Formats: sequence, structure tokens, C-alpha cells
Amino acid sequence: MTEAIDGLTAGSLTALILGPLILALVAVALPRRRLIDSAVMLLALLLLALLLPLSRAVLTHGPLVMDLGGHDAPIAIPLYVDSLALGMLWLLTLLALAIHPYASAWLQRSDHPHADDYPALWLVLWTGLNSLVLSGDLFNLYVMLEVTTLGAVSLVMLGQSAGAVSAAARYLFFALVGSVLFLLGTALVYADIGLLYMPMIAVHADASPAIVVALLAITAGVAMKAALFPLHAWLPIAHASAPTPASAVLSAAVATAGVYLLLRLWLGPFAGTWTITTAQGIGVIGAAGILYGSAQALRQQRIKVIVAYSTVAQLGYLLLLVPLAQSPLAWQGAVYHAVTHGLAKAGIFLAAGNLILAIGNDRLENLSGADQFAAKNLLVIGIAGAAVAGLPPTGGFIAKWWLLSAALGQGQWWWVAVIAVGSLLAAAYVFRILQYAMRQPENRAEIDPRVRDQSLPYALLWPPALLAALALGLGFSGELLAPFLQVTDLSPALGGTGR
Amino acid sequence: MSAVYSAMPLWVVLSSLVAAVLILIVGEPYGRTRAAINVVAAVVKLLLVTVMLWGVGQGHDFQFSATLAPGIDFHLHADALTMLLSVLSAILWLVTTIYAIGYLKDSHDRARFFGFFSLCVTATMGVAAAGNLFTFFIFYELLSLSTWPLVVHDGTPKAMRAGAAYLAFTLVGGALLLVGIVVVQLLAGGTGFTPGGFMAATGASKTLLVCVFLLLFAGTAVKAALVPLHVWLPRAMVAPAPVSALLHAVAVVKAGAFGIVRLVYDVFGLELTALLGMNHVVAAAAAVTILYGSMQALKQTDLKAVLAYSTVSQVSYIALGVGIGSPLASIGGLAHLVHQGLMKITLFFCAGNLVHTHGVTKITEMDGAGRRMPWTMSAFTIAALGMIGVPPVAGFLSKWYLGLGGLQHGQSWIVPLLVISTILNAAYFLPLIRRAWFAPVPGNQRDAGVREAPASLLWPTLVAAALALGSGFLGGMPYSPLEWARFIVERVYG
Repeated sequence: MTEAIDGLTAGSLTALILGPLILALVAVALPRRRLIDSAVMLLALLLLALLLPLSRAVLTHGPLVMDLGGHDAPIAIPLYVDSLALGMLWLLTLLALAIHPYASAWLQRSDHPHADDYPALWLVLWTGLNSLVLSGDLFNLYVMLEVTTLGAVSLVMLGQSAGAVSAAARYLFFALVGSVLFLLGTALVYADIGLLYMPMIAVHADASPAIVVALLAITAGVAMKAALFPLHAWLPIAHASAPTPASAVLSAAVATAGVYLLLRLWLGPFAGTWTITTAQGIGVIGAAGILYGSAQALRQQRIKVIVAYSTVAQLGYLLLLVPLAQSPLAWQGAVYHAVTHGLAKAGIFLAAGNLILAIGNDRLENLSGADQFAAKNLLVIGIAGAAVAGLPPTGGFIAKWWLLSAALGQGQWWWVAVIAVGSLLAAAYVFRILQYAMRQPENRAEIDPRVRDQSLPYALLWPPALLAALALGLGFSGELLAPFLQVTDLSPALGGTGR
Repeated sequence: MSAVYSAMPLWVVLSSLVAAVLILIVGEPYGRTRAAINVVAAVVKLLLVTVMLWGVGQGHDFQFSATLAPGIDFHLHADALTMLLSVLSAILWLVTTIYAIGYLKDSHDRARFFGFFSLCVTATMGVAAAGNLFTFFIFYELLSLSTWPLVVHDGTPKAMRAGAAYLAFTLVGGALLLVGIVVVQLLAGGTGFTPGGFMAATGASKTLLVCVFLLLFAGTAVKAALVPLHVWLPRAMVAPAPVSALLHAVAVVKAGAFGIVRLVYDVFGLELTALLGMNHVVAAAAAVTILYGSMQALKQTDLKAVLAYSTVSQVSYIALGVGIGSPLASIGGLAHLVHQGLMKITLFFCAGNLVHTHGVTKITEMDGAGRRMPWTMSAFTIAALGMIGVPPVAGFLSKWYLGLGGLQHGQSWIVPLLVISTILNAAYFLPLIRRAWFAPVPGNQRDAGVREAPASLLWPTLVAAALALGSGFLGGMPYSPLEWARFIVERVYG
């Protein structure tokens, strides 16, 4: 299954984890903002450059496993890269590249009292996310989940609104309960099988009750952290009250990473335990999330809350992979959806943040005439919103096409209805925002110049535009990227998610 | 043929896309630059389309293909049918651009308006040149999305409601269409338009084929404004006159009608459509829409609403021709795709002139309009007579061929349908003409004298009217819409 790992690959994997970690330490020790900002940008560019050969290696050799520290399996801690992980790594690195400069300009602009704390927290979060994606060891996953949680909760606390602290406290509560459940599950697996090394764990349908409890505990634990419906209660409040750049990271990366982890476990070590009923059941939960999140998004009066509920809805699509997992197209569709949604969602949050800077708050009724002074930001919301809604010619459309093909190809037409209705609802809540912005104000002369597009610093304008352009560009790159998403061997075990 | 020449459909699509992007980038303050970009792009597109028309007439093969994802191609081509819609939109884009620049001289958000206007034309060209259902869908949805900012341009609550209704209808239609297209892709392994259709070769069961046909038909029928999916169209008339003229008379509804033509001719094929009994569904939906639209038009008091319901009714002649399925009826239906576009755009231009120059929006305010705006109302009269089917204006030819085609296939119910429709058309158009020419000018405006619309509004109106008249007069000449429809139908029927 695995080839010998060459030096470049090993270096890349190490850099993905150690790079942000070392920078985080530097940021704490040496709080010089400009220096750290440039270093973060350089690191993001470096990692992007390293991802190219890494992707090539996965494409030619199949999934890679690297045992850390020269130990042998199953004692070593493995780092594991396959197409699913690659998708996440690309998403995370691109997000880092776009969001960090925005964050830096945003903190300066809004005169944030704790601006100096932001880079270190974000770097810790980035470290946690990269390790989470790469880790192939259950206990190591637990540790990284904790690192990620602490980074994410602290970022929410940086929000300046009155509700930020209570939102963060609520998030922390959910996340800690989730951690305990995850740890419980991990302990049960270790007690029963004696292994934490995921590539070697393959649970079968006749598993002992302990394993079933472990599966349930791990699922519930991660679901609480990932805010999967119906355990989503903390997400809209936390994502809406966090500082804008943090909202973007939370919705685009942290939530997605949670679902990534679930899929990795469900369709990896626990793949043998699925029956048709349970698989369909997970699909139903995903569908309920799609419909509920979209319906809530349609009722909200604040942009950031709308976008946060949209995240609850869009995560549901990833769960549809479980009942459709027999089809390689479903895998392609899910990865493509995760990446497109991540980029587009971050773009929408950043553009919404610019609107907030311009008009002072994000209530829909204050948006009248926003197209006069924030046309470019609205265009970003429109394009990225079309990607979220799966409208052509964006990457979301390609993802929806693959998911629809997978569902129809297996005769599971009911998911077709869910996907179609979900897309329409998404289009509805995106256009609802635009509709408020296109309204003419009562008296045109009264529009004060406020803060026009042009007067916002460049660093606040290009990141959302870049993210929207990427989400759009993915609509034209299906052919280019499909080989990286190919999944031919769908047999159980962690390796089963690769070729 | 060089690759550059054979990729002509791509250049045709790109010419307006580039203009759209440039206009949006240049932004609001630079009106002259924007107008220059727009007019140059429209002229370039017209030239390219003319070259392509000549090429297709010579039997040249125009193809452009790029793989978007494994098994799904972005494919543009130019066949005879493509040219019917693309020539129409290219000519009318140029005319409408000039009209719109004059019409919106003092409006707000013109960069947004003209940017999305160009994007709509791009989408229409893409719909015309799409070589498979997948590509068709991309442009079909792009058309829905890019028209929305134009519908809500005024930013009034009424415009917002109209925009919401428009999006709700077209996006739901788009979702149905998408599901149908995915099924076609899975059944046939591809969605490329093939003369004579390709669905018969899939060997799928009759029930499944009927379901797929109905999904695709429902998706296209929304834009073609077939009853009961027409609700969005009259409401969308809240948009500025050039939008109603080009988009709601030509681009959007024609994209729907064009989709129905492609569906029957190039996806299912006439034989399979008839075997499934779907031709009757199409013809019946069209017949109901023709009568319903005309009857609604009779009840309207607002000029643009009359024209909107008239569009609902008239566009269905295209679907009717396809539904009857005989060669002559097909010629009538296809020719009407162009004829209706020319006549309807004239009427909307006239309505725009009336409101722009004299603030006239209601029918009752049209009294004596002919004396105040003789040129505009002459154009109006020509186009309205054409809509009724008076020779030698273009509309007569469409109705003549449709009637003959119905008789040819023994479907004699077409003749009474056409007669009733003609009577209804006359019933709502003749009173307008009478008011304009024979009713006295209202007392308070009697001394106003002749006050025509400004030249930038008047000339496009007259050109469009001349085209409507010319394509009727010169129906027998090569490259006239009628001859071109005959050329298409000869290929369809081998």
C-alpha cells in the first residue's frame, strides 16, 4: 500500500505541522506584528509550493504513510496523506494565504485591543488543523482536536461584541463534552483491539459491543465539535460573534475539518460496521441539517448569522457521502464540495466583514444602497454565493453534478431531491442578502459617502476577491483535479479511502 | 480551416463576456468609455456572427470543446439552428445597446446595468451555440442569474418582488432541468446534441424516457413562459424598457423556446418524441398558452403588460410548430423565433419611447399619440399589424406556415386555433392603433405638437420595424429568417 517516503515528502509533511507551530512560538516570544505577518505569508507560500510535489507523489504512489520518529508500526505515530487529506491541506493553505493578510488589515482598521494576540492563536489553530488532517493515530487525533478547539475558542473570545464571551463559553462547553466522548471512544478501541494505529484498525460488522459504543462516542464527540445538526446549537452564535477573519476560518476550515475527521473514521477503521439502515440514517441526518440550516438562514436578519447557518446546512452535504460511498463520484463530489464551500464561505465572510466596516453593522435592513459604495464586495458575495448554491459555472456546480450523478447512478433518487432543494434554498438565502443591497434607499441624496470600496485598504479587498475567484475557477478545473480525487478501491480500512 | 476560425462560436461568446467584465471593472464614472466598449463589442460580435453565418451556409464545421470534468465537456458548436438565435441576438444587441445608452442617460448604476446586460447577451449566445445539454445548462443558468440585477434595477419594492418571483421560477426550472440532464448523461454517457436525437439508442424504458422528457420540458418551459409557468414574465416588466425589449421579448423567452426545439430535435428526436406521445403534450401546452396569453392581454390596462402577455402568447407559436412536428409547421415555428423577436422588440422600443418622452404607460393615455410621435407610432403600427398576422409583415408568414403544417399532418384543429388567436390579437392591438391615430389628443396637451423621442431612441425603433417588415417582404430571399428555417428543417427531415 505504501511506498518508501522520499526526503522531500517527509520534509513537506513535517513542515506542514512544524512550520505553523514554530511560528506560533515565535509570535508569542517576539510580538512584532509586521514581522510575523510577513513570516506567515512566506510560510503559506512555501507550504503551497510544497503541496505541489506532495500531490504528485500521492497521485503516482497512492496514499502515503509516514511513521514518525523512526519507530515501526503500530507503535509509531503515522502521518497519512491521501486524496481526501490533500483536498483539506490545499484548502487550509489557501485559506491561510488569503485570510491572514485580511486579518492583519482588519485588526488594524478596527483598532482591536488584543490585536497582538491574534497571530499566535491563529497559528496554533493552523498547526492543530494540519496535524488533524494528517494524523493516522487515534490518540494523536484526540490531542490535535484539543489543540484545534483551544485555538478556535480563543479566537471567538477575541470578538468585541457583548455576546462573544458567552458564545465562546458555549462553544467551549460543547467542545469539551465532545473531547471527553472522543477520549472515551479512543480508550474503548484501545482496550478492545489494543491498537491506536489507524491504518491497521479494521473493525468488522461483528464487532463487540465495546466497539459499537466507541463508534457512537467518537461520532457524538466529533459531531459536537463540528456542529453537525442537531448538535449545532453553538455554531451560529459563535461564528457570528467572532472577529470577521476568525469567523471565516471557523466556518471554512474548522467545521469542515470536523466532518473530514468523521468521514475518515467512519469510512476508514469503522467502515466494516455500516449496514444499509445506518448509512441511510446518517444520510437522513445530513439531509435534515441541510434543510434546517437553510430554513434558519432564510429567517435571519444579520448577514453573519445567515452565513453561519448556511455552514450548518452545507456540512450536511458531506454526510450524504456515507449512503453514497459506493460510488467514486460521491467521493469526488464530497471533496470538491468541501474545498469549494470552504473557499467560498471564507470569501463571503470576509466580504461581509467589509460591509460591516462600511455600514457599522451587518443587519440586512441597513444594506439599502450598499451597491453604491460596496459593489465589489457584493459581487464577491454573489459569485461565492453562487458557488455555495452550486450554480454554474462555479466549483459548487461540479460538486453538485458529481453528487447528483452518484445518487442517480445508485438509484437513490431521494438524495437527488434533497440536493436540489438544498441548492435552491441556498440560492434563496444568498439572493436575499443581495436583494436588500439592491434596494434603493428612500432618498438617494441621503447616502453619505460612508466608507467606499475605494477607501478600504487594498489588503481588505483582494482576499475575498481571490477566494471568490478560486471558487469560480474550480468550476473550470474539474478535469485537471479529478485524477487527484480518483478513488478506485472502496474496501474498508483506512487505506480504502485512497486508490 | 484554421483552429482559430473553427473556434468561432467561442469568440462570439467571448466578445460580449469581455465587454461585460471590462464594463464592470471600469465602473460608474466613465460613461463614454463604457459606451465605447459596449458598442465596439456589439459591432465585433455582429461581424463575427455574420462570418459564422456565411460559414455555416457554406457547410463549414465550427466546433470548440474543452473538458470540464471527466466525461463532461464544455462544447460549443454552430449549426443552422444556432445561427437562428445568434444572428437575432447579435443584431438586436447592437440596436438595443444604442437604445439603452439613450434611454438610461440619467439613470443610476449604469455600469452595473450595462455589465450585466452584456453578460445576458453572452449567456444567450452560449445557449444558442451550446453543443450539448451540459453546456446549454451552464448558459441557461447564467442567463437567469445575470438577468436578475436588470429586473431589480429600479430598486423599488415592486421590482424586488418581481425579481424574487423571476428567480424563484427560473431557478426551480433550472433544478428540474439539471436533474433531467444528469439522468440523460447517465443513460446515454453524454449529452451532445445529435440531429435526430440520441435518446432512442439508450434503450431505456418508455416510462423513464417520459419522465426525463417531462423534466427537461418543464425546465425549459419556465423560460419559454408556457402556462402555468409564465407568472414571472408579466411581473418582470417592471424592468427598464430596453431590458423588457431585448431580454423578455428575445433572450430569456427565446432561450426557453430554443431549449424546447433542441430537446425535441436533437435530444429525443422527432420520432421518439412522437412515439412517447410527448409531441401532443408540447402542442397542447403551446395551444393553451396561445389562447390564455391573448385573453389576459385583453384585460390589461398597462401598455407593457399587454405586450408581456402578448409575448407569452406569441412565443408559444415556436413550441406549437415543434409540437405539430410536420416540416411546414416546423418552418413556421422556427421562423417565428426570429419574426416574433423583431416585431416584439419594436413594440417594446415604442413603449419605451412613449414613457420616456411623454410619460405614457397606460393604454388610455395613448390617445392621439400618433400625432405627437408619428414615427414611433408608425413603427408600432407595423409591428402590431405583424403580430396580428397581416401580410406582408413577418408575422403573417409564421402563421401561414403553421396553418399549412397543421393541415399537412392532418391536425386541422390548428386552423381554428390560429383564427381565434388572430381575432384575439386584433382585439387587443387594433384598439391601441385606433387610439393612437384617431382619438383626439387630450385637452391639456393639445398644444404640445409633435415631440418625437430623441434620435438614439427613435433610430433603433425604426431599424427594428424595418427589419420586421423586411423579413416579411423578403421572406423568399436567401438568408431571410424564413429561408433559414427552411434550411434547418431540410436538415432535420433529411
